[in-house]
Amino acid sequence: MAQIFNRSANTLARASILGAILLISASGAALLKLQRSPYVTNQHIAPEQPVPFSHQHHVAGLGLDCRYCHTSVEQSSFAGIPPTKTCMNCHAQIWTSADLLHPVRYSFQSGESLQWTRVHDLPDFVYFNHSIHVNKGVGCESCHGRVDQMPLMYAENTLQMEWCLSCHREPEKFLRPKSQVFSMTYQQPTPENPVEVNGRKFLSQAELGQYLKDQYHLRTVRDITSCSTCHR
Amino acid sequence: MSNTKDSNSNLIPVDAIQPARLELDAVRQKLSEASGPKFWRTLDELSDRREFGELLEREFPRQASEWVDPVSRRGFLKLAGASMALAGLAGCTKQPLEQILPYVRQPEELIPGKPVFYATAMPFAGHAVPLLVETHEYRPTKIEGNPQHPASLGSTDIFAQASILNLYDPDRSTSVTFMGEPSTWANFVGELRREVGAPGVVSRQKALRGAGLRFLCGSTSSPTFAAQMKALQQQFPQAKWHWYEPVHRDGVRAGSKLALGGYYDAVYKFDAADVVVSLDADFLSGAWFPGFVRYARDFMSRRKLDGREMNRFYVAESSPSTTGAKADHRLPARAADIEKIARALAAKLGVAGAGAVQLTQEQQNWVDAAAADLMQHRGKGLVVPGVFQSAAVNALAHAINAALGNTGQTVSYIDPVEVAAVEHGHSIRELVDDVNAGRVDALVMIGGNPVYDAPVDLEFEKALGKIKVAIQLSLYRNETTDHVHWHIPAAHYLESWSDARAYDGTVTIIQPMIRPLYDGKSAHELLAVFGDNPGASDYELVRGYWKTQHTGADFDMWWKRTVHDGQIAGSASPARQVSARLAALPAPENAGAEDIEIVFRPDPTIYDGSFINNGWLQTTPKPLTHNTWDNVAMISPAMAQRMKLDQVKDQADHQSDAQNILEIEFQGRKVEVPYWAQPGHPDYAVTLFLGYGQTRTGRTGRDADANTSRGYNAYSVRPVSAQYSGGAGKVVRTDKYWSLAVTQGHFSMDGREPVKVSTLEEYSKNHNFAHEHREEEPHDQSDSKPESLYPKYSESGWYKDYSWGMAIDLNSCIGCQTCVVACHAENNIPVIPKDQIQRGREMQWLRVDTYYEGDAANPSAYFQPVPCMQCENAPCEPVCPVGATVHSTEGLNDMVYNRCVGTRYCSNNCPYKVRRFNFLLFSDFDTPSLKMMRNPDVTVRSRGVMEKCTYCVQRISEARIAAEKEDRLIRDGDVVTACQQACPTEAIIFGNINDPNSRVSKLKASERNYALLAELNTRPRTTYIAAVENPNPAFKSPAPAEKA
Amino acid sequence: MQDVDQLPPKGVRPPIIGPGYNLGTLNDRIAGIVLTKHTPVFWFAVVGLAVMIFGMLNTAIAYLFAKGVGIWGINIPVGWGFAIVNFVWWVGIGHAGTLISAILLLFKQSWRTSINRFAEGMTIFAVMQAGLFPLIHTGRPWLAFYWLFPYPNSMGVWPQFRSPLIWDVFAVSTYFTVSFLFWGIGLIPDFATLRDSAKTLAVRRIYGMLAMGWRGSSRHWNRYETAYMLLAGLATPLVLSVHSVVSLDFAVSVIPGWHTTFFPPYFVAGAIYSGFAMVLILAIPFRYLYGMQDFITLRHLQNCGKLMLATGMIVAYAYGLEMFMGWYSHDKYELAMVHNRLHGPYSHYYWMLVLCNIIIPQALWSNKVRSTPWMLFVLACVVNAGMWLERFVIVVMSLQRDFVPSSWGMYWFTKWDVMTFVGTMGFFTLLFFLFIRFMPAIAITEMRTLLPQAKVKE
Repeated sequence: MAQIFNRSANTLARASILGAILLISASGAALLKLQRSPYVTNQHIAPEQPVPFSHQHHVAGLGLDCRYCHTSVEQSSFAGIPPTKTCMNCHAQIWTSADLLHPVRYSFQSGESLQWTRVHDLPDFVYFNHSIHVNKGVGCESCHGRVDQMPLMYAENTLQMEWCLSCHREPEKFLRPKSQVFSMTYQQPTPENPVEVNGRKFLSQAELGQYLKDQYHLRTVRDITSCSTCHR
Repeated sequence: MSNTKDSNSNLIPVDAIQPARLELDAVRQKLSEASGPKFWRTLDELSDRREFGELLEREFPRQASEWVDPVSRRGFLKLAGASMALAGLAGCTKQPLEQILPYVRQPEELIPGKPVFYATAMPFAGHAVPLLVETHEYRPTKIEGNPQHPASLGSTDIFAQASILNLYDPDRSTSVTFMGEPSTWANFVGELRREVGAPGVVSRQKALRGAGLRFLCGSTSSPTFAAQMKALQQQFPQAKWHWYEPVHRDGVRAGSKLALGGYYDAVYKFDAADVVVSLDADFLSGAWFPGFVRYARDFMSRRKLDGREMNRFYVAESSPSTTGAKADHRLPARAADIEKIARALAAKLGVAGAGAVQLTQEQQNWVDAAAADLMQHRGKGLVVPGVFQSAAVNALAHAINAALGNTGQTVSYIDPVEVAAVEHGHSIRELVDDVNAGRVDALVMIGGNPVYDAPVDLEFEKALGKIKVAIQLSLYRNETTDHVHWHIPAAHYLESWSDARAYDGTVTIIQPMIRPLYDGKSAHELLAVFGDNPGASDYELVRGYWKTQHTGADFDMWWKRTVHDGQIAGSASPARQVSARLAALPAPENAGAEDIEIVFRPDPTIYDGSFINNGWLQTTPKPLTHNTWDNVAMISPAMAQRMKLDQVKDQADHQSDAQNILEIEFQGRKVEVPYWAQPGHPDYAVTLFLGYGQTRTGRTGRDADANTSRGYNAYSVRPVSAQYSGGAGKVVRTDKYWSLAVTQGHFSMDGREPVKVSTLEEYSKNHNFAHEHREEEPHDQSDSKPESLYPKYSESGWYKDYSWGMAIDLNSCIGCQTCVVACHAENNIPVIPKDQIQRGREMQWLRVDTYYEGDAANPSAYFQPVPCMQCENAPCEPVCPVGATVHSTEGLNDMVYNRCVGTRYCSNNCPYKVRRFNFLLFSDFDTPSLKMMRNPDVTVRSRGVMEKCTYCVQRISEARIAAEKEDRLIRDGDVVTACQQACPTEAIIFGNINDPNSRVSKLKASERNYALLAELNTRPRTTYIAAVENPNPAFKSPAPAEKA
Repeated sequence: MQDVDQLPPKGVRPPIIGPGYNLGTLNDRIAGIVLTKHTPVFWFAVVGLAVMIFGMLNTAIAYLFAKGVGIWGINIPVGWGFAIVNFVWWVGIGHAGTLISAILLLFKQSWRTSINRFAEGMTIFAVMQAGLFPLIHTGRPWLAFYWLFPYPNSMGVWPQFRSPLIWDVFAVSTYFTVSFLFWGIGLIPDFATLRDSAKTLAVRRIYGMLAMGWRGSSRHWNRYETAYMLLAGLATPLVLSVHSVVSLDFAVSVIPGWHTTFFPPYFVAGAIYSGFAMVLILAIPFRYLYGMQDFITLRHLQNCGKLMLATGMIVAYAYGLEMFMGWYSHDKYELAMVHNRLHGPYSHYYWMLVLCNIIIPQALWSNKVRSTPWMLFVLACVVNAGMWLERFVIVVMSLQRDFVPSSWGMYWFTKWDVMTFVGTMGFFTLLFFLFIRFMPAIAITEMRTLLPQAKVKE
C-alpha cells in the first residue's frame, strides 16, 4: 500500500508532542510573569501629572519632612495630599512666575483642585491605614522607596497582595526605630554601622527586628495576616 | 409573579390614572432641570420612562425581564456594570488610573479619612429625636442617638436611622416651580412681595391685615418657628394658622382637656412603674408615640432581672402591635371596646363618673387582674392611654392615675411641647370651610401632602382649586404639588438650621451637616419671606432668636456649647400641678358584636407615607407580618376562616403569598386591600395601614415597572369623623389576588424552641430552664473536648487579647427593627426590589424573627434578632473552596468579599441561614448622591458575592488601631456594633468575652444564656438570654388555648 | 432485522455477535458508517435539531454571564438548584463508560467490546456537560475558573483544600483526563483501519495522523495491550472515586438530608444505574438506525438490563436506609427531613422518584422485558428521569427546610434553568452524533477477537 506520509512524519509527530508540552508550560510561565509585570502593576512607571512635582528636589534638595505636606499620616488612614494652599505657602514668594507652576496658581485663584494622578492606588476593597504603620516603626521608605531620589513620583513596589504579605508574614525584617520612620537615608543595622535604640546597640536587623517587635507590641503574624486586617 | 401585576393594576384608584400629558410634563420638567452637573443624573432618571424600558426589552428576550427584575431603572446600568465586571475576567487586569483631588484650602479641624460626629436632632411629628451624625469629609454617612440627651440616651428609631437616605434621595424635589414650570427662589420672593403692578400676596395681604392669608403646617415644636409666627401675627393679625399631621394626637389633646381642663402633655416614668396598663398605647412600637426611644429604655430597664423587681405589663389593644407582643396579659379588643374596658377599670378603681358597662368574660378577667394589681401598687402603677384612642379613654386614664396617686410618681404633666396644641381634625376642617366660603386668598403649606392625606370627606383637592395663590414647601413633588401654584423644595433637616423640643421639652439646636444638595429652603426661610427680613438665612433666624432668649454673658460660648452638646442644658419643661376630674364623658358608642370596625394605623415602617420613597424602610420587614413593599389589611384568623378566604397551600414556606383581595367599604367609600390573617387581631375588625398608595412619588415609592402605586391608599376611606377607628364597615371578598413579598414564611417554632421562654414563677423555681430538653447538647463547652473535627483555635494560641462575642436579651427585644435599619445604613446593604424579595433574596444581614405560640385568637409572640452567630466551629468555613470566609484570630468569621467567587456553599451549610448573596447586581453603583452616603469603611459588594454580618469589623479595626497607637488594649465599650448602638432597649450587648468584667461576659454568665441550635455544636459567639414573662399568678386564664 | 431480535430457544443465551461475519465484512460494516459517501438523512435531522438546542444553551449562558445567577430560581435558603442537580446527574451518567471499558475489561467480559467504544464516548461527552455546571453556577465565574486551581498567584494565597468543591475540581478533571486517554488509545488501531480502508487521500491523511503511524506490528500490539491494561487499572478506582467525591459535597455538610455517611456508595450505585440507562438510550436507537443488531445483540441489552436491576436495587435500599436512619436517629431535624420528604411541599417529587427508580424498574425481573428493545428504551428513559428527580430531592428538599423555621423557603426554577438543562442535552446529542459519524462507534479491532476466525487462531 502506498505511503501517505514520508518518514519525516514520525519525527514531526514526536517533536510536536514535546513542542506542545513546552508551549503550554511556557505560556503558563509567561502569564505568571505578566501578572507581576509593571505593565499590570505600574511599578516604576511615573504617570503624567499636572505639575511635574519633584520629591527629589523638595525632600533631598530642600530637606522638607514628609509630614509637612502629608499632614495626616500619623493620625489617619489617609496620609493626605497637600492642599494647594500648602504649595502656595512657599510659591507665593518663590518661582512666583514659573510656567510650570501655573496650574498651582490657577488652582489657588480659581479654587479648583489640582487633579493629580494617583501613584499608589490600592483597590477599594483594601483598607490600608498609614497611621498604624508609621506608629509601629514601618518607614515611609520601606514601601515608597527613596522618594528623595525620584524626580517624578512612581511606585517603588507592586502593591500586590503577596508584596503586602511579604512584610505582614515577617515584619521583624523591616521594622525600624520610630525616630527613623520618616528618614529616607536610614540603613538597616550591620556590624559596620550599628543602630542604637534606647541606649542599646544592634548589629543586625534580626536582633533589632525582634527587639522592636516587643517594644512596639506588634500583634502576632497570625493576627496581622487575618483577612479582616485589610479586607471588610 | 404575573398575578402581582393583575392585582396591582386592579388596584389603581381611579384618581391615580394620570393623563399622558402629566407624564410628558414630567419628562420635560426633568429635562428643563437638566443643567450642568445635574444633566447625566437626569438621564439616569429618564431611563425609567416607558420608551427607554422598551429599548431595554428589545435588548433582551422579552420574557427575560419577567423572571429577572423586570426592566427597571437600574436594569440597563446593572448590565453595563455586569459587562464591566466581565471585562475584569483575566487575572492580570490593569487597574485604571485614578485621579485624586486635594483641597485647595483645607479646613483646619479636618483630618482626611477620620470621621467627625456632630450633634443635632430630627424633628418627627413635632418632637425632636436627638442625634449624633457621623460625617466623613463633611458628608453625613450614619445617624446615631445622642447619648447625652435624655430623650435618646444614645439610641434611635427606624425613622431616624433611615432619614439619611431621604437626604441623599435623588428623587427629592430639586427646584422651585411655578405652575409646574421651573422657576427660582428669587422669582418666588419677588413675585410674593411685588408692590408695583398687581401686588404680590405679601403686599396684598398687608393691606388686608392678612384676612385672606392662611398657613397650614404639620406639628412642630420649634421655638424659633413660634417666634416667627408671633412676629407674623403682628403684621397679619387676621391671618390664621392651621395644623394638620395625618398621624395626629387629637384623642390625647381632647382627653387632656376633658380630664385636666387644659392641654397638657403627659410625661411617663416607666422605670418607676411596677405595673403598667396600656389602653391601646403602643409606646413600644414607634416614634409616633412621643418619647418612644426613652420610654422603651425605661420600661425594659425593669425587665432585665438585674435585681430590680420585674414590672408587670397589661395591654388591651385594638390592633396587634409589638407593644402587645411584650405584654404579660394581652387583651385583643375592638377600639370601641377599649373604651368600655377603660370605664370598667376606672369604675373598679373607684373613679367617679366612669359609668357601668357590660364586658365579656375574657375582658372582665383582664380588668379584674389589672385593677387588683394597680390597687396593690398604688403610686407605683401606671395607666397609659393610646395616642389613637378616644378622648374618653385618655381622660379615664388620667383620672385613674390621679385616683391611684400615680400622678407625680409615674406620670407628670407639662405644657404642650408643640408650638400649637390644637386638634388637627378641627383645624383642617376650619381651613377647608374658610376656603369653600371664599375667605382664603393665599395658602402656605409648610411640609405635608394634604391632597393625599387630608381627611377624604373634606375634599381638600377641590378646595385647593379655589385658592388664588397656593404655596407648598416640601421635600418631594407629591400629589399636592400638582395643585399648587408655587412649589418650593424643602431643605432636609440635615441641611438646615432649626430647633426642636423633645417629648420632655428639652430643646435641641438643629445644625446642618451639609449644604443643601438641591438648594432646598427651610420653613424658617419661607416664613421670613412674609416678614420684614425676607433675605434672612435660617442660621441668622435661629441664632438670632436664641440671642434674644439667652440671658447672661457670653452668648457665643453658650451657643457653641449648646450646638455642640445637642441640647440646651436644663431646658426640660417643668411639671405642672394638675388635678384630674372626670367631667361628663361622651356616651360610648355601642358597637354591635357582629359590626365590623375599621381601624387606621400608621404603617410600621412607612409611617404616614412620608417615607414612601425610602428603600431601606420599604425593605424593612413590618415587625408582625414580615411583609415588605406593601401594606396589608389585618383581620383575625377567625374572620378569614368565616369569609373562606383563600389560604395559599402550604403557606408555611412562601416568600410570596398570593392573598385574596378584600373590598372594604367604610362610610360609603371603597378600597381594595390584600388581607392578612394576623394572629391576635380582634375579631370583627379590620386594621388599615396609612401611607401607601401614593401616585406621585419617587422611583422607589411607586412600582415603576407596573407603573402603579405601591399598596393601597387607606386615606381614601379615612373620614374626618373617624380618624383612627369607626364602626359599620363592610368587608367583601373579591376573587382578585395580590402577591406580597414576605421575608418570613413560617411563624411557628415547630417544637424547635429557637426562643426559650419561662415565667418569673417558674424561673424562680428552675433557673436552668434554658438548658432543658437539650440532652444532645455537648455539656462541656471547652475546646479540650475531642468532640469536633474543627481546629482547636484557642488551644493553638488564638484569641490572645480579644475574643469577640454578643449576647441578645430576648426579654428586652421589642422587635422594633431599629437594629435592622441601623445595620442597613452602617454596612452599605443594597435595597432589594419586591420581586427579588418574593424570590427569597432579601439582603438584611440582621433579621428579627417573629414567632407566635398558642391560641391563634390571642397568641404569645416572641422576637428574636438573628445576626451572624460567628460560630466557633463554623460550618461555613471549611466548605468555601477559595477560603473567602475564614476564622479570624479574634474569633470572627471573616467574610472576604473580594475573594468570594459565589458558590453559595457556605450559605447552604449555615444552620442559621444568616448569609446573604448578591444574586444580581443589587448595589447601586450609579446614583451619585447615593455614593456620597456610603460608609467608606465598608466595601460595596458587587454581583455574585456572598455577604454577612461580621460584628461591624470596621468598627473593631478602628478601635483597635486607636488603642494600639496608645499601646493599650481596647476597652469595654470602645467597640459598639451598629445594631447595639441603635437598640432602644439595650437588648444587644457586644464585647470581649476574654474580659470577665465586660458587659457581655457578665450577661453570658447568666444561667438564662443559651446558644441557638447548641446541639449542632457550632458553639456560636452570639448567644441569647432566655425570655422571662411575669404573668399575674392570680389571673383567671381563659379556656385552655389549643396550640397553634 | 426482525429475526435478529428473535429470542433463541429457552436456556440458550443470545450470541454477542451475529452469525456469518469474517474480518472483511466486519470491517466494511463498521468502517462503512464513517467512510460512506452518503450520510443518512436522519443524521442531518438529529444534528440540526441538536445544533438548535445547543444554540439555546449558549443564549442561556450568555444571558447568565450578563445578568448573574439571579436569573435562576435559586435563593436563600436554597442556594443550589438546577445547576448542581444537573451536574450530579451528568457526572453519574458519565460512569457507565469507564465501568464497561475498565472494570469489565479486567473481568474479561467479552460482551463489553461492542458497546465500550461509544459508552466511553458517552462518558466523555457527559462529563463535559457536567463540568460546565460547577463553573457557571458560581457568582463570579470569571474568577472561579482560575481561583479554584492552585497556582502561585500574586495574592500569595491558595485555594482551601478542605473544601469538597476543590476535591470535585480534581476528581472530575482527573476522571475526564483518564477516560479521554483510555478512549484515545483504544481508537488508535481503529483509526489505522479507517486510514487503510479510506478511499480518498485527504481522508487517509486525516485518519493517518490520528492513527499516529500505527502499523499493527507485534511491537505495537504489545505496547498497546500494556498501555490499555495499565489505563484500565488506573480508571477502575476512578469509577468509584469520582461520584464518591461528588457525594461528599453533600455528605460533609450539616444539613439534614445531606449529612449522611452512606452517600458515597449510594451515589456510585445511582451513577452506574443512570449510566447504563443512558447506554441503552443511546445503543437501542443506534443499532436500529445503523442496523447494528448483529454487533449490539439482545445479549448486550439483557446484560445492561441486569446491571440496571442490580444497581437499581442498591439505590432502592439506599432510599429505604435514608428513611430508616432518619427515624432511627430520633433526631428532631432528621425526623422533620423525613416528614418533609413524604409530606412536604415537594413530596410529589419524592413519590415520582420512588415510582421511577424503584417501582417501574421491577419490570426488569422479566426476561421478556429485558429482551424487548423498545421496553428497555422506555424503561431507561424513566430511570434517568428518576435519577434526575433523586438529585433534585436531595439538593432542593434538604435545603428548603433546614434548622430554623423562620428561614424556611421555597424554590421555583425559572425558564433559564430549564433552557440550560435542555441545552446541555442538545450539546450532548450533538457531540455524540458527530462522534458516530466521524469515528468508529464500535471497536473494530476488538470485535475481530470475537470472530470465529479469531478463536481458530488460538
